[in-house]
Amino acid sequence: MIKAADIEKRYGRAWALRRISFELGPNGFLLVTGANGSGKTTLLRLLVGLASPTRGSLSVAAEREQVGYLGHEPLVYRDLTALENLELYGRLYRVSERRERIGMLLERFGLWEARNQRVAAYSRGMTQRLALCRALLHDPSFVVLDEPFTALDTAGAELLDRELATLAATATVVVSTHDPARVAPLATARLALA
Amino acid sequence: MGVALALIFFVAEVDADQGISQKIFYFHVPLALTSYACFGVGAWKGLRLLWKGAERYDLESYTAIHQGTIFGALTLVTGSIWAKASWGRWWVWSEDQLVLFLVLFLFYCAYFMLRFSIEPGPRRERISAVYALFGAALIPVSFLAIRLSRRFIHPVVFTRHGPQLTHAQFAAFCVSWAAMLLLFYVMYRIELIGKRIDGELRDLREAVPA
Amino acid sequence: MSAYAADVAALARKDLRLELRAREVVPAMSVFVVATLVVFHFALPRNSGRDAAYGLLWVTLVFTALLGLGRSWVPEREGRVLDGLLLAPCDRSAIWLGKSLATFAFLAVAQLVALPAFALFFAPLRGQAIAGVVLADVGICAVGTLVSAMAAAGRTRDLVLPLVFLPLAIPLIVGGIGSSIATRAGSYLLFLVLYDVLFSILSWASFEYVVTE
Repeated sequence: MIKAADIEKRYGRAWALRRISFELGPNGFLLVTGANGSGKTTLLRLLVGLASPTRGSLSVAAEREQVGYLGHEPLVYRDLTALENLELYGRLYRVSERRERIGMLLERFGLWEARNQRVAAYSRGMTQRLALCRALLHDPSFVVLDEPFTALDTAGAELLDRELATLAATATVVVSTHDPARVAPLATARLALA
Repeated sequence: MGVALALIFFVAEVDADQGISQKIFYFHVPLALTSYACFGVGAWKGLRLLWKGAERYDLESYTAIHQGTIFGALTLVTGSIWAKASWGRWWVWSEDQLVLFLVLFLFYCAYFMLRFSIEPGPRRERISAVYALFGAALIPVSFLAIRLSRRFIHPVVFTRHGPQLTHAQFAAFCVSWAAMLLLFYVMYRIELIGKRIDGELRDLREAVPA
Repeated sequence: MSAYAADVAALARKDLRLELRAREVVPAMSVFVVATLVVFHFALPRNSGRDAAYGLLWVTLVFTALLGLGRSWVPEREGRVLDGLLLAPCDRSAIWLGKSLATFAFLAVAQLVALPAFALFFAPLRGQAIAGVVLADVGICAVGTLVSAMAAAGRTRDLVLPLVFLPLAIPLIVGGIGSSIATRAGSYLLFLVLYDVLFSILSWASFEYVVTE
C-alpha cells in the first residue's frame, strides 16, 4: 500500500523531514509518533500527496478519491454552514446518495442540530468533528489523520475511538498522535520520528 | 571574459569617429537583443523545471532573468542617452522598443518582489517558473499593444533605429552583438557557479556539527 | 467533460454564495469605482479632451479589479481550505476556472454601477466601448485570479499583487482605450480577444503548478 524508500523533505535550506523508509501493507494501521517538529505533519502531507518528497521514492497505492485526510486545519469554509461545506465536498468527490451520507455523518458526529450554522460560529471541538466528517465523507479506503484527538471533548474522543475501530477493519489507516496509548491497540505498525 | 571585453572595446574603436548617437546604437540594440535572449532562456529553464522538476533549473532560470534585468536596465540607460543625443530629452515615448523595455523592466522587477516574498521551496520554484513563462508571452503581446497604442497616444512619428548600415558598420554591429551575448553567457556562468558554491558551502556548514 | 463542468459550477457557486453572504467585496468595489471617478473629475484639468476621460475610466476599472482580486483567495486561506480542494479528485484547473468565473460576476456587477456613472459624469459609451470592457474583464479575471494565487503564496501578498498584475494589465488597457476612442475599434477588440485567448490558456494550464508543491 505504502512504500517509502529514503524519503526526505526540505524547504529551501530547512529540513522538514529527515530521511526515513518504511512500508505499510493494505489494511494496515500505522501509528506515527514523535516530538513537535520531528516531521509528523510533513510525512502525512507527503502520504496524501499535498507535497512531494525532495528525495527518495514514495509510492502510495491510492487515488485521490480514495484518500481521506484530516490535517491540522479543518479545511472547511468558515463562512459556509456545515451542510454547505459537506455539499461542496460531496459534489467534488462525487459521493453517491450525497444527502443521505451527509445526514448520516452529521448525526454520527453529533452535528445534526448545528448543520445550518456557519462554521465560524462553531467551537473548536465542533469544527474538528466537522473536519472528520469531511475526511470520511466519501468513504475513503486510505485514511490519514494528523492528531485527530486535538480539541475533542470526551464525547467527541469516544466517537472517534469507535470510528477508528471501524476504519481499522475496513481501510488502511495512518494516524499521528501525541497520545499513542489511546490508539496503540489498533495499530499494526509503529513509526517513531526523531 | 577577457575576450568579450576586448571585443567590445574593439567595436568602440571602430566607430570612434562617428557621433555619440551612432556609438550608443552599437551598445543599445545588442543590449536589448541580449536582454530578450536572457528572458527567453529564463522562460525556457522555467519550462524545464515544470516539466522535469530538477532543482537546478530554478537557479538557472533565476540567474538568466537576473542577467536579463541587468541588461534590460542597461538598455534603458543607453536608450535614454541615445534619446538625449537624438532628440534632446532623456525619455521619449515614441520609441517602441524603449517603452517595451520599460514595461518588461517593471514586470521583471515584480518577479524579484514576488520571488523573495515566498519561502524557499518547491512552491517558490514553480511560481517563479510560471511567471517567467508569462514574461515570455508578454513580450510579443506588449509589443503589439504598444504599436496599437501609437494611434491614439502620439502622432505617428516615424523614427528609424539608426541610419542605413554599411557593410563595415554592420560587421561592427554583429561583433558587438556577439560580444554582448558572450558577456551574458560568461556572467551567467559566473553567477551560477557563485550561487552553487554558496549553496554547497551552506550544506557543508550544516553537515559539520557545531 | 460534464464532470469538469459540474466541478467548476460547484466551485463558482460556492464563491457566489460566500460573497452574497458576506456582501463585502462587491459593495466595496462599487463604491470605490464611483469615488475614484469623482476624484478624477477633480483631477482632470479643464480643457482635457473626452479621450482623457476614457483613459481614466480604464485606470479606474483596473484598480477596482485589483481591489477585488486582492480578496480572491482569502476564503481559501482561512482554515487552509485550498488543501482540501487540492485533495479532491477534481482537476486543479477547475479551481481556477470556478474562481475566475465568480470574479467575473463580481466585476460585472461593479461595472453595472461604474459604466452608467461614467456616462453620467463624463462621456457617453458606445457599444464597442462596452464590448471592450467585457473582453478586458475576461483577461483581468483570467490572469488576475492566477496572479493573485501567486501573490497569496508569499508574505507580502497585498503589496506584491499590484506590482505583478499591472504590467500584465497594460495590454488590456491599451485594447480597452482603443476600443473606446477609435472610430474603427475592430483591431483593438481583436487584440483583446488575442490576449484573452493566449493568457487564459496559459493561466488554465499553469494554475496547477502555482498551487501545488
